[in-house]
Amino acid sequence: MSGATVFGLCGAALVGLGLYGVATGHGPLRKLLAFNVLGGGVFLVLAVIARRGAGAGLAADPVPQALIITGIVVAFASTALAVALVRRLAEVDAAAAPGSGDGTGTVEPPGPHRP
Amino acid sequence: MSPAPAAPPGAFLLPLALVLPAIGVALAALLGGRYAQRVALGTVAASLGLAVAIARAVWRAGDALEYLVGGWAPPLGITLRADGLSAAMLVTSALLIGAAALYGRADFTGPARGEARAPLAFWTLLLTVWTGLTAAFLAGDLFNQFVALELLTFGAVPLVSLGGSATTLRAALRYLLFALIGSVLFLLGVGLLYGAYGTLDLALLAGRVRVDPAARVAAALMTVGLLAKAALFPLHLWLPPAHAGAPPAASAVLSALVVKAPFFLAVRLWFDALPGLATPAAEQLLGALGAGAIVFGGVLAVRQERLKLLVAYSTVAQIGYLFLVFPLAAAGPAAVTGGLVQAIAHALAKTAMFLAVGLLARGLGHDRIDGLAGAARALPLSLLAFGLGGVSLVGLQPSLLRRTALETGQWWWVAAMLAGGALTATYVVRVLTHTRSASGAPAELHAPVERSRELLALALALAAFAVRMLPLASLLRIGRGA
Repeated sequence: MSGATVFGLCGAALVGLGLYGVATGHGPLRKLLAFNVLGGGVFLVLAVIARRGAGAGLAADPVPQALIITGIVVAFASTALAVALVRRLAEVDAAAAPGSGDGTGTVEPPGPHRP
Repeated sequence: MSPAPAAPPGAFLLPLALVLPAIGVALAALLGGRYAQRVALGTVAASLGLAVAIARAVWRAGDALEYLVGGWAPPLGITLRADGLSAAMLVTSALLIGAAALYGRADFTGPARGEARAPLAFWTLLLTVWTGLTAAFLAGDLFNQFVALELLTFGAVPLVSLGGSATTLRAALRYLLFALIGSVLFLLGVGLLYGAYGTLDLALLAGRVRVDPAARVAAALMTVGLLAKAALFPLHLWLPPAHAGAPPAASAVLSALVVKAPFFLAVRLWFDALPGLATPAAEQLLGALGAGAIVFGGVLAVRQERLKLLVAYSTVAQIGYLFLVFPLAAAGPAAVTGGLVQAIAHALAKTAMFLAVGLLARGLGHDRIDGLAGAARALPLSLLAFGLGGVSLVGLQPSLLRRTALETGQWWWVAAMLAGGALTATYVVRVLTHTRSASGAPAELHAPVERSRELLALALALAAFAVRMLPLASLLRIGRGA
């Protein structure tokens, strides 16, 4: 089994784990972490694609590597945005119900919204 | 470097159209809330001009415009491409972003002095969404499509949470999670296609793609990712709270345009990048999801107690119509044209409805449907705009789609469309009957509603009718080899 195959299978496993976590995770933070696992798996698969596509004396094909770096930047930025939303939500919840805010900010079905 | 010599006249407009709103975002963010509105209005006006110029150039050339960035040809270089679909969507989006901007002026005017977060956020995000839309419509390769989708997400999610209440924050968070998973699946599919065929360029890919497992898996991953972002049933859960909780101008843009971009990319993927890959089973599945959306969204819209949620569920239903394109397109390109015409007409009608509902909510101080008594007297123009928008959704049934369905013998899609039409009529009429008061007295207004904004919503509702008179179908066919 070549290195590329091992890494490819690892990437696929991470994608599977991440998807499972996103689907079953409770609370936005868990889902967010699962999304990052999923993202890690995708980047690993892309890295394997880069390695397999190596040519012209290069160690790897630069195009998938460019995809990875952009993907990482995007995943980082979206994680930051999501964490900011989770924190803000916890603050708003705590302010709305002092003492009862559990700060986990679980995503609930939408209630009737205020006009 | 200059573009390739073969570039048709007008190709230079494409990078301009892409760069202009991006510059607008940067300028608005730099200058702050006091000037953001002026920057945004100026940018949108200039973009509208550019979009019209692009549509004109495409129309005159009778072929797609292509611009090779930096003069590098694919597979190394990046292509910007505008065919009839791109041109039509660009003009529609520019018009509707402009309408949202005009409407938002009254709500998001910067203070004469000092800093203001809400105006700064609104105008910057509006321009970000516009940049993302332009990028999605002009992208000639898969990776730029991915970047466009991300730009849209980063513009749209904060727009949802502008209100800042717990409900809108929850809605934004849920929207963000759906969108992120959608984009990471899309990226995985892009990677697999590159690994199998060594190119990201749509046109090159179309020439190289074979019916093999790699292409199938990639197409499935990308399609599911796009469905999550387009909120096609059963991945629509994030849409109603998100679209109902945003400020009216933002709701209009989200419902009319932002969910259309993933649909547009799905059309590009299935018909332009991977032609011949789709199996009848996959096509029927997408159509079944579309039909499910039409019925399910329609039923839920009828059951809503609040106007904004009603309009949001109506969007869930209307997205279903668009995805009927996939089973119908086997018969020929007419279905794609029909789907895009439907997308454009819905965009106009939905903007009109969200803006009208925003004005009703502002005037009455709430958006409960059972509290609408007397609204017909107090705010007749807004109600007319809402009603006309609704009627255009009912009456302007996707005629091209219906004809194709009948021609190809797929009568079950016609049944779904007719059921959807009946449901649409039900919820529109239900709202209108609540607006009459028993005494005939007009409802009391809590806040003044500007006549100009009412007329804006009305104009858009009328445009939803008028758009069918334009030679849209001929424009949409340009540069698509059919």
